[in-house]
Amino acid sequence: MDFDYTQEQQLLRDSVARFVREQYAFDARRGIVASARGFSSQHWKLFADLGWLALPVAEDDGGLGAGLTELAILFEQFGKGLVVEPYLASIVLGAGLVAELGNPAQREAMLPAIMAGDMQLALAFAEPASRYGLARIATTAGRRGEGWSLSGHKCVALNAPNADAILVSARAADGGIGVFRVAPDSAGLALHGYATIDGSRAADVTLDAVQLPADALLGTTAAGPGALARVIDRATLCVCAEAVGAMDALLWKTVEYTKTRRQFGVAIASFQALQHRMAEMFIELEQSRSILMMALMAAEAGEALARPVSAAKARIGRAARRIGQEAIQLHGGIGVTDELDVGHYFKRLTAIEALFGNTDFHLRRFGESHD
Amino acid sequence: MVRVCGEYAVHGAGTEEHMNKQFTADELAFRDEVRAFLRERLPEDISHKVRNDLVLGRDDYVRWQKVLHARGWAGVNWPVEHGGTGWTPVQKYIFAGECAAAYAPRIVPFGLAMVGPVIYTFGNAGQKARFLPDILASNVWWCQGYSEPGAGSDLASLRTSAVRDGDHYVVNGTKTWTTMGQWADWIFCLVRTGGPGVKPQAGISFLLIDMQTPGIRVSPIRLLDGTPEVNEVHFDNVRVPAANLVGEENRGWTCAKYLLTHERTGIAQVAKSRVRLARLKEIARATAHEGAPLLEDPLFARRVAEVETDLIALEYTELRALASVSTGKAPGPESSILKIKGTEIAQSIDELLVEAAGWYALPFVPEQFHAGYEGWRIGPGAAANAAPIYFNNRKASIYGGSNEIQRNIIAKDVLGL
Repeated sequence: MDFDYTQEQQLLRDSVARFVREQYAFDARRGIVASARGFSSQHWKLFADLGWLALPVAEDDGGLGAGLTELAILFEQFGKGLVVEPYLASIVLGAGLVAELGNPAQREAMLPAIMAGDMQLALAFAEPASRYGLARIATTAGRRGEGWSLSGHKCVALNAPNADAILVSARAADGGIGVFRVAPDSAGLALHGYATIDGSRAADVTLDAVQLPADALLGTTAAGPGALARVIDRATLCVCAEAVGAMDALLWKTVEYTKTRRQFGVAIASFQALQHRMAEMFIELEQSRSILMMALMAAEAGEALARPVSAAKARIGRAARRIGQEAIQLHGGIGVTDELDVGHYFKRLTAIEALFGNTDFHLRRFGESHD
Repeated sequence: MVRVCGEYAVHGAGTEEHMNKQFTADELAFRDEVRAFLRERLPEDISHKVRNDLVLGRDDYVRWQKVLHARGWAGVNWPVEHGGTGWTPVQKYIFAGECAAAYAPRIVPFGLAMVGPVIYTFGNAGQKARFLPDILASNVWWCQGYSEPGAGSDLASLRTSAVRDGDHYVVNGTKTWTTMGQWADWIFCLVRTGGPGVKPQAGISFLLIDMQTPGIRVSPIRLLDGTPEVNEVHFDNVRVPAANLVGEENRGWTCAKYLLTHERTGIAQVAKSRVRLARLKEIARATAHEGAPLLEDPLFARRVAEVETDLIALEYTELRALASVSTGKAPGPESSILKIKGTEIAQSIDELLVEAAGWYALPFVPEQFHAGYEGWRIGPGAAANAAPIYFNNRKASIYGGSNEIQRNIIAKDVLGL
């Protein structure tokens, strides 16, 4: 039995860890978050040069054909450094859907540019009334001659303000769900951009009879729902891995802090009331690591993702809330200041809890799945 | 790139299909071998008792362990050189899962999982030859003499004394919480041999004592479920041959710690919890609640789903620990996670079973849970036994080093606090 990484996987982990260590000190990150676009073009170019942007793309499409385990390795390190570059939105969701649904011409039109770092995507799938249900789509795609006409309201589309193309899911007249490539400057499209609580960028997107050519539809409307579900499940595992990295960082930052912070003449780490809380943080972290491994193994074995992904997201969501809140509490007053990185890990973990279904949503989906 | 753990994984998602995809062909063949063995050799009257929460007697455990021994499967964790299976961690995992699923009794840990490994690790050649074969064959029933009325979590403060007198030790004192001590032939004890002024851990020795020796008196302690599962064992000038000392005098703490760490790794009881969780879901599907199955009540379903995700995580935590042990490392302080989470999860399932029993959580009818009971049955299945089991198992977060002690171990040895 071997829970260790292969040599290639270790190299990937070391390479991402080095990037985070050398390029992503908290002050540097603060500068990136405050910049106009909210990410570093230099870092994005570096990601392309290192092959990270090609990681999950199939070899037939010119990518590296890596699996979810490799993505999880990348995301765990991203979580440790609170990396804000839009890998999740552009690569996992965007390129992931193009690869799942696109015909050869569509893949060729986007994937090479994405892997080179020259093109960014966003996926607009959620709607105000859909919450986390992927099939509850009110946005419509009507036929207009050979082409399409899209109308509706998409909410919190990650990275949409930076995207060169937005992938929009919409209900077609045949009842299927299509994913359409939409240019951000299309007539009838309004993009309301904002920052998110964790320092990323997102937008609500409204579409009012946006006219699209026939080939804007990726693949077919019949294939849409399945592809969306698979891509969202994969993205969910990626943020689970990111949460593990962030929780790991928070635990050890908290341990170190309590060893140096002195009150009543002693380091506060000497108080058993605090020691037991940190022991519980450690247990929550290790349980999270374990259930993530379970889900990755299930994914690598080609199993249906819904049950293992929901088990992992629900369990990790609980751990993320507890570890985030405890890290703040054990840091005391400094923990609620913007100055310290700890609160920013807490914010990212809180964002991850809300992404792709919160703990309640995934507990329910897990409970209702067959075993 | 190579896939993680390509050669191995298990049924974390809990399905037969998942399992088949994750095990190698050899492992599947081993699983089938274990299944066939259980089908053919596990006595039906014994599995009937386990399946229905009926009381098991000494003979039930011994009979089953002798069946295992006949197959060479008694020393699950023992190395081959001492008559053990030499199984891989995956094989041990499969074996535990299949035994639990077939309603085999648990293997009584005191001989096979506790004193046996201490003797083959720290004992001399004579002790190995004398004690190990009878432990493997379940010819001798062992019990554990660790805790004392004044030494619980602070085990090193124990006061039972062993004073050297020629080629004997003279033992005086009281041991407590001695599980199944009423059935035991031998007891392994931590005793104080060091004189005053010595650091508490330094003056402790590990002594094997024949329960038939004059001066030993066993008195039962009744637990919340009404059973005399544990005992006090009193020693009044008990003369024990010095040859029964394991390891060096005053160095018994090394054996004690070794044993406690091993005890913790086996303490997670993942396989048993999985079976009990499956039973809970079965009961909750069959129990009407406001006109629908209880399992469809969102509040109840949520609690079941929470404990199930925690159990899946623990299953993989245990596998990671097993994997680490298989690479030659001793079970580390991480085994404290297994103790804490394993007992918390088991206790949560106990609680949910009580709640699923509804009104039938109230009747206390222990006679109904003895084999051969033929009176009118109160409640469906073992519903009326849910509360006594829940009461009894509050012990789990207290024994084997309380869960608070485990958190101390994590804080000190893992986090460096």
